[in-house]
Amino acid sequence: MPGEVSTAVADAHRREWAFVLAATARVAGDLDLAEECVQDAYAAALTAWARQGVPRNPGAWLTTAARRRAIDAKRRDRVLRAKLPLLIEPDPPVAASAPPGDGLAEEDEPIPDDRLRLIFTCCHPALAREAQVALTLRLVCGLTTGEIAQAFLVSEPTMAARVTRAKKKISAARIAYRVPAPAELPDRLDAVLTVVHLLYATGHTAPGGDNLVRADLVERAIGLARLLRALMPDEREVAGLLALILLTDARRATRTGVDGRLLLLEEQDRSQWDRAVIAEGSALVPWALCGGRPGRFALQAAIAALHAGAPSYAETDWRQIVGVYDVLLRVWSSPVVALNRAVAVSMAQGPAVGLAQIGALEADGRLDAYRYLPAAKADLLRRLGRWEAAAQAYRDALALTDNAAEREFLARRLTEVTGARA
Amino acid sequence: MAEYMILIFEDENGYATATPDVLQQVMEAHNRFAEQVTEKGGKVVEGRALQPTSTATTIRADVVTDGPFIETKEAIGGYYLIEARDLDHALEIAKLCPARFGGVEVRPIMVFS
Repeated sequence: MPGEVSTAVADAHRREWAFVLAATARVAGDLDLAEECVQDAYAAALTAWARQGVPRNPGAWLTTAARRRAIDAKRRDRVLRAKLPLLIEPDPPVAASAPPGDGLAEEDEPIPDDRLRLIFTCCHPALAREAQVALTLRLVCGLTTGEIAQAFLVSEPTMAARVTRAKKKISAARIAYRVPAPAELPDRLDAVLTVVHLLYATGHTAPGGDNLVRADLVERAIGLARLLRALMPDEREVAGLLALILLTDARRATRTGVDGRLLLLEEQDRSQWDRAVIAEGSALVPWALCGGRPGRFALQAAIAALHAGAPSYAETDWRQIVGVYDVLLRVWSSPVVALNRAVAVSMAQGPAVGLAQIGALEADGRLDAYRYLPAAKADLLRRLGRWEAAAQAYRDALALTDNAAEREFLARRLTEVTGARA
Repeated sequence: MAEYMILIFEDENGYATATPDVLQQVMEAHNRFAEQVTEKGGKVVEGRALQPTSTATTIRADVVTDGPFIETKEAIGGYYLIEARDLDHALEIAKLCPARFGGVEVRPIMVFS
């Protein structure tokens, strides 16, 4: 029985944290107070649920408990907090029937779903990207500061300072707790999607350390993408992001060999790709692409879908992939996209053509610190049999890479081309 | 409503070498800005332009020196103190603030309880 209760609480933590915190923040008017109350509510659930059984709707139970704590704290503190509302809400929080001056919903009223407000507040453009990421993990996913610090390879005090600074800015600068107006929505949504994608990318290829995939961050990113998809079903870029993450993640099991070494797309065992996940991701792509200019996530998802649907690396529809990259470059002119396009071009038209394009990117200088540029260049030089130049490019790539699995791969290739030269 | 300071950072050379036409445009832009703030539902509490940094005097630990506190290419050339509902509102207003030779910084005014 006690095991059952702690499982139920852990489960509710994973599933309901964002809902409970978002609803409590509106009552508390302060993110710190809201967090405290929500943590207390989860702690109280452990004993209460052991006594009374797990409630039918754990999220509602936790929200009611957390909001009640917030109400009590605010009453105790009324004078202080009345002077300076810490979390700004543009619209009245409850129906006009609520007692005046209280701003608190009755317990049996339906609890509003404020998760989007919470997400948009965490990803407000006035906060630095790293703060947006940290706040999203902390407030939306319910991770501890220690866990976030570990995921981003910084010390816990550093991460704690980052979170505290961001929360202070939210209240001091009055960043409103709301979903942006339609006019601002595209830009603001892009920031949210960027944060979720960054979480996925960080988990997918950890910037340092021994494991190529930091599974927990990947799971959180997928969870967030699914949550956004459920909350914003009409946004095509949200569908695009979810599709992109699913289609990339379907290949997760095949990205490293049994010995932990990195396997390239062409070496991966396609029979091991998760076909159910690919089907789910691919099904989102057509809709994400249609009805107006497609966004960058939808287009990247379309490229990932073309890869996922190809019977082999050689039989991939490289021409169509180059075509999608052309569209992508028009909506998102990034040197990284241009680099990926050059790799696709090298498959469609031969390594020499791709190499010339990479040369142009190199001259541009914006990718000087980007490890995948020398890595891609090295691969094309290797395919052209230009061993000496390939070896130098592998060395350049190694100098920019901290991830152990990637280093191992590059070192192996370096040995190959050095051997071929001799 | 809360108060925010819009600090205007600009390259002073821009003004030093500007034609009378350009200066006229800048003046008109600032006049228009005052109207736009009202249209946006905000309020200009105060707005001033400063003399260039060549007129600045700095004091550190009682030592008086000629020049600005920090030498930068873009220096504070003026400010607006505005009232806005929240940061988004303040930023919406600040985006309209003329600063053709630089940009602006928005800072919330501290409230002491």
